[in-house]
Amino acid sequence: MTRKSRRMMTIAGLGSILAVAVGLVLYALNDSIVFFYGPTEVIEKKIHVGARLRVGGLVKVGSVVRPSDRMVEFVIGDGNNEITIHYNGLLPDLFREGQGIVAEGRLEAGQRFAADTVLAKHDENYMPREVADSLKKQGHWQGEGKPDAKAGSKP
Amino acid sequence: MTVEWGHFALILALVLSLCQVALPLWGLAGRDHALMQTARGTAIGAFLFTLLAFAALTYAYVQSDFSVINVAMNSHSTKPLAYKISGLWSNHEGSMLLWVLILTLFGALVAMARQAIPLPLLAAVLMVQGGVSSAFFAFILMTSNPFLRALEVPAEGRGLNPILQDPGLAIHPPLLYIGYVGFSIAFSLAIGALIHGRIDAVWARFVRPWTLLAWSFLTLGIAMGSYWAYYELGWGGFWFWDPVENASLMPWLAGTALLHSTVVMEKRDALKVWTILLSILTFSLSLIGTFLVRSGVLTSVHTFASDPSRGKFILGILVFFIGGGLTLFAWRAHALRQGGLFAPISREAGLVLNNLMLATMAATVLIGTLYPLVLEGISGDKISVGAPFFEATMLPLFLPLALLQPLGTALSWKRADLWAAMQRLSWAFGFSVLVLCIVLYVTRGGSVLAPVGAGIGLWLVLGSLADVWLRVWRAKAGWVVNLSRLAGLPRSAWGTALAHAGLGISLIGIAATGWGTEVISTVGKGAEVPAGPYRLVLEQVITRNGPDYRETIGRFQVYSDQQKLGVIEPGKRIFIGQTMPKTEAGLMTIGLGQIYASLGDFQADGTVSLRLYWKPLVVLIWGGALVMAFGGFLSLLDRRSRIAAPRKARQLHGDAA
Repeated sequence: MTRKSRRMMTIAGLGSILAVAVGLVLYALNDSIVFFYGPTEVIEKKIHVGARLRVGGLVKVGSVVRPSDRMVEFVIGDGNNEITIHYNGLLPDLFREGQGIVAEGRLEAGQRFAADTVLAKHDENYMPREVADSLKKQGHWQGEGKPDAKAGSKP
Repeated sequence: MTVEWGHFALILALVLSLCQVALPLWGLAGRDHALMQTARGTAIGAFLFTLLAFAALTYAYVQSDFSVINVAMNSHSTKPLAYKISGLWSNHEGSMLLWVLILTLFGALVAMARQAIPLPLLAAVLMVQGGVSSAFFAFILMTSNPFLRALEVPAEGRGLNPILQDPGLAIHPPLLYIGYVGFSIAFSLAIGALIHGRIDAVWARFVRPWTLLAWSFLTLGIAMGSYWAYYELGWGGFWFWDPVENASLMPWLAGTALLHSTVVMEKRDALKVWTILLSILTFSLSLIGTFLVRSGVLTSVHTFASDPSRGKFILGILVFFIGGGLTLFAWRAHALRQGGLFAPISREAGLVLNNLMLATMAATVLIGTLYPLVLEGISGDKISVGAPFFEATMLPLFLPLALLQPLGTALSWKRADLWAAMQRLSWAFGFSVLVLCIVLYVTRGGSVLAPVGAGIGLWLVLGSLADVWLRVWRAKAGWVVNLSRLAGLPRSAWGTALAHAGLGISLIGIAATGWGTEVISTVGKGAEVPAGPYRLVLEQVITRNGPDYRETIGRFQVYSDQQKLGVIEPGKRIFIGQTMPKTEAGLMTIGLGQIYASLGDFQADGTVSLRLYWKPLVVLIWGGALVMAFGGFLSLLDRRSRIAAPRKARQLHGDAA
């Protein structure tokens, strides 16, 4: 086999694998990325029911209820609008009323949200970045204080 | 005073690193061998001073000297000694100090190694190392100084983040950093070769042991981190495709490719330009990983930094070294002459395919990790790219790679007979397919991916064993002769086989997650919950004190039929100085499987929510990684990859294949 034909074969092989990989990446990016919205954005952007997304906000104090022994329901808000989330599973350690959380799942009618994951991935000093940004956008951001203090100051 | 001495030592280490750049550069420019020689001394000196700085900070941690801000923020006087020490690298400043300690250690090792690297190349290598360490010393001293004193000394420290107080954390970062930073040697050797303008099979022999060392440690580090996340985060998963995990996976994939391409270069003098590029890219991915984790662009449990000046500084380092390396490559690569021709069906071609797949996988992970950051920067949209993306892209690349791997090792160099190779492996393949069919039948109705994954894993294991066996087995020789030939195989042959078998073992473990069970329920005293073939009974709920925490646990008896197997105690801990509780999973290993229990909130009526898994063969995931790393270390002990020159080159006889 000559040098030239060897090079052609290498390039062809290289190209086909790269093409497959690019195809896979584009397909997967189209199909499996999840957008994050705050409660107000969900309304403003008219997100259709059934869409898979992440929502985040502050857990409304006093809103956490357990309709059955495995189900938990709570309301998150960004100061202007609210979403009711129901979740069948264990809440993370850092889940607290008054604090920021992010939930991933599907939007249902009537500002309800069926979560399959609830994340509270922040340490004791700050809240999830997305939630902080969303609060800033809604004009309810109160600085990176202790979340406990914030919970006390927010109704 | 010790702390000030440490600070001073760190500044001296920076000065020495700058000398490590300037003097050899001057020496290279003037072809002055004496000046080139200074690179050794300065590299060793920089390491010793960094060690001094590190020791000083460790002393401050052990003494709980809260006048040092870093200690006050991350330690507490009641911590057990081991966690006082590991607290040092649980935070941004301390972990960067560990990073440069390991970086300078590698520089010093190269300076002291008895590899016969020609002096100009060695000087260039140490110069590049000095450049990288100077940049990171400056970064630490200017933006992340761990030696700063507080104006007002607090009476007590703020304590270590509880999820970080764990034996896993104590050893995970050092292992991972040895891996990350070890690739810097491959990078420096590549830059040195480009400056030098000469590269041949001997160069590959220099780069290989360092890459092997870094790769083996990185494998251990990733496995350790994965196991830590598994039992510590309480979600029962072993890999979350979190950007921080991806940051370690990218250099691992590129480093794996590099290991394979250096083999081609060493044996056949081919793939030179690609190997040089890969050396640059692998360390670049390590730097990108450091940037992602250390700059605070991500928010995740691993990110401790949230200061934008740090991000910009690391980004500057990143752009300078990656950009500089690639520019030099573009400018000089044509000067490297291509060697060894090979046919499309040959060991080389197989390894090219391997490199292509691994590099594509690394690129895919990079895209998936950076895409959300880029999109947010451009459009402000916030998205998350998670497991579904990575599973959809990585599986179609990984499974064919794994399927073809045993075949690749059975091919001969230069020109191979594919049919003969397939015949040699036929029984291994046949047996794997047979097992696959049996498993498919037994688990019919379940997921197809799990049996296929396990089948491919088994094929990898059997293929590796077959490779070793076929190298020595001669039908006419007796068993005794064959066995002695087996013992006489070079260690690198065993290392290769073990690393590939380890990958297969991990794959079987990962596939077996498809056969696990998960139960979520709320349990009270006396409640019985099934976990796969076992069942658990909640005996009682206990609240008790640990050394520096208070915990509430549920004590569960584990039964198999009527037989008691033991007790597991998942619970929640509240550490002194912290307000948030932390979930402690309860684990019981039965054979190769594990029962995994994690508790949710305790309710007012005395019940508690429980998440209970039965995970068959789960231990294989990390066991396989250990086997892989062991294979790497074994190859490192091979005569050919000795870092020190062999005193007496013993003639090994078995390498007949």
